[in-house]
Amino acid sequence: MPSDSPASAEKRPAPLRSSAVRRLVGIGVVILCVAGGFLYLGGWFSPNALTPSRFVDAFERAAGVHSGFRRNHAKGVGVSGYFESNGAGARFSKAVVFKPGRVPVIGRFSFGGGDPNVVDAPNMVRGLGLLFRLPDGEEWRTAMVNLPVFPFQTPQAFYDNLVASQRDPKTGKPDPEKMAAFAASHPATMRALGIIQSHAPSSGFDNTAFNSLNAFLFIDAAGKSIPVRWTLAPLQPFAAASAAATAQADKSYMFDELIASIQRHPLQWHLLVTIGQPGDPTNDATVAWPDGREQVDLGTLTLDHIESEETSLARDINFDPLVLPSGMAPSDDPLLSARSAIYSQSFTRRAGEAKTPSEISPVEVRK
Amino acid sequence: MNMASQPSQFTVLMRVLHWLMAAMVLTMLGIGVAMVASLGDYRCLVSIHRPLGITILILVVIRFVNRQFSTLPPFPATMSSQERFVAHASEILLYTLLFVLPLVGWGMLSAARFPIVLYGPLHLPPILPHSVMLFAFLRKTHTVVAYLLFLAFLAHFGAVLFHTLVVRDALFSRMAPWRVRAR
Repeated sequence: MPSDSPASAEKRPAPLRSSAVRRLVGIGVVILCVAGGFLYLGGWFSPNALTPSRFVDAFERAAGVHSGFRRNHAKGVGVSGYFESNGAGARFSKAVVFKPGRVPVIGRFSFGGGDPNVVDAPNMVRGLGLLFRLPDGEEWRTAMVNLPVFPFQTPQAFYDNLVASQRDPKTGKPDPEKMAAFAASHPATMRALGIIQSHAPSSGFDNTAFNSLNAFLFIDAAGKSIPVRWTLAPLQPFAAASAAATAQADKSYMFDELIASIQRHPLQWHLLVTIGQPGDPTNDATVAWPDGREQVDLGTLTLDHIESEETSLARDINFDPLVLPSGMAPSDDPLLSARSAIYSQSFTRRAGEAKTPSEISPVEVRK
Repeated sequence: MNMASQPSQFTVLMRVLHWLMAAMVLTMLGIGVAMVASLGDYRCLVSIHRPLGITILILVVIRFVNRQFSTLPPFPATMSSQERFVAHASEILLYTLLFVLPLVGWGMLSAARFPIVLYGPLHLPPILPHSVMLFAFLRKTHTVVAYLLFLAFLAHFGAVLFHTLVVRDALFSRMAPWRVRAR
């Protein structure tokens, strides 16, 4: 096709002119189609599709934009310590973190929601993000919460709930009709909330158990993979949250108790991994696995240092649950990919903003 | 006449690198624009995006070095000196964008202190210090450079189509994936 000699174009008479125009138009159409295809891939022609950006917009509508803070789990404090592996995990996963030995850990305790100045209350969702620094340069990041199961099966359900529970500017409360409509159309959420409400919250962060919620895969040295979920079980004894505590004058009393407690002695959790059996759902975080599944203690997490977000490395870390070392992999849970995408969007937005002082100030941590 | 020393086509290695990179870069641009708008496919797209970006960075360096040591076919006689200047400038622009884009990607993930996993435990070291402000700047830069690269690709593609279909010269045959005999 490209074999015409340069001279042949000049020799041809007038008919070429009109065909040249047609060819030019054709080239224009081809270029437009390529550009259109590119924009189509970028979602320009699907304004109603749920994207990371629209999801984070919903968080911002719910709690406002607080410069420099996470769009969810905004109020928090940085911690650090180490994980001492007992080697029991090496049977299930070739990840370096499960060989016997110690790896440094950076973490962050938080409350769910986008308000960085929210008043501490035991019934709010508690989060713990952790970053394990493996000796070979790999990392394992996990973002856990204290709920036994997650209330939403899909990103869409989570988003629809954010929209339905949006506060009405007139009443200051969510529209009960929208809330009822959401509940009626999401039986999985209602079942999960039943399980969540049957678990009494503990008195503080230090005696809270944190759960992976989503299922993951452990891959052993032979390449065999098994589904797992994990829990951090506190060595600090359980005490139920008292109703009187909610009426505390100190709006950060739970964080203050955490600071006092970690400064008295290091806090510890066992890393318990639950081994899933064939048929256990890995794509539905609203459902607990049946009782009696094998649970293996892989080692002990020790947190012995606490810092305000203003000085802690944790503020500027994205606890993306898909940063996994070789030997661990995501399951087919649709929430995992969405969490990774949305965390990245939240991180990108806050990264470029001026950093506002944290509710838990460096002075607060030192006193 | 020194026609023997003037090749009619780019060398086989140059043509292989051109078409291989064309496929990779177009795939990359599509993945990049799709992944930032995607929830369900994000994980899969990101896990291709990072290693493919680094592969392109390595290939563009190899390609640039190889170009310095290769004899290039001349421009067709149909191209004016201005057109040759634009063609040459656009080539420099494409090389620059192809080099800068993956480098900014590597730098921005370094500034975010985000591991860049290539395969299994194999990962890249950070090339910049941990700074979220720097990340925010480089993240924007990455998008801007990607759109510039896409526009530069459209201009390049349009110019080649114009020469092949309207001017009907032998410009395309210089880079054709198949062998074209000198006439």
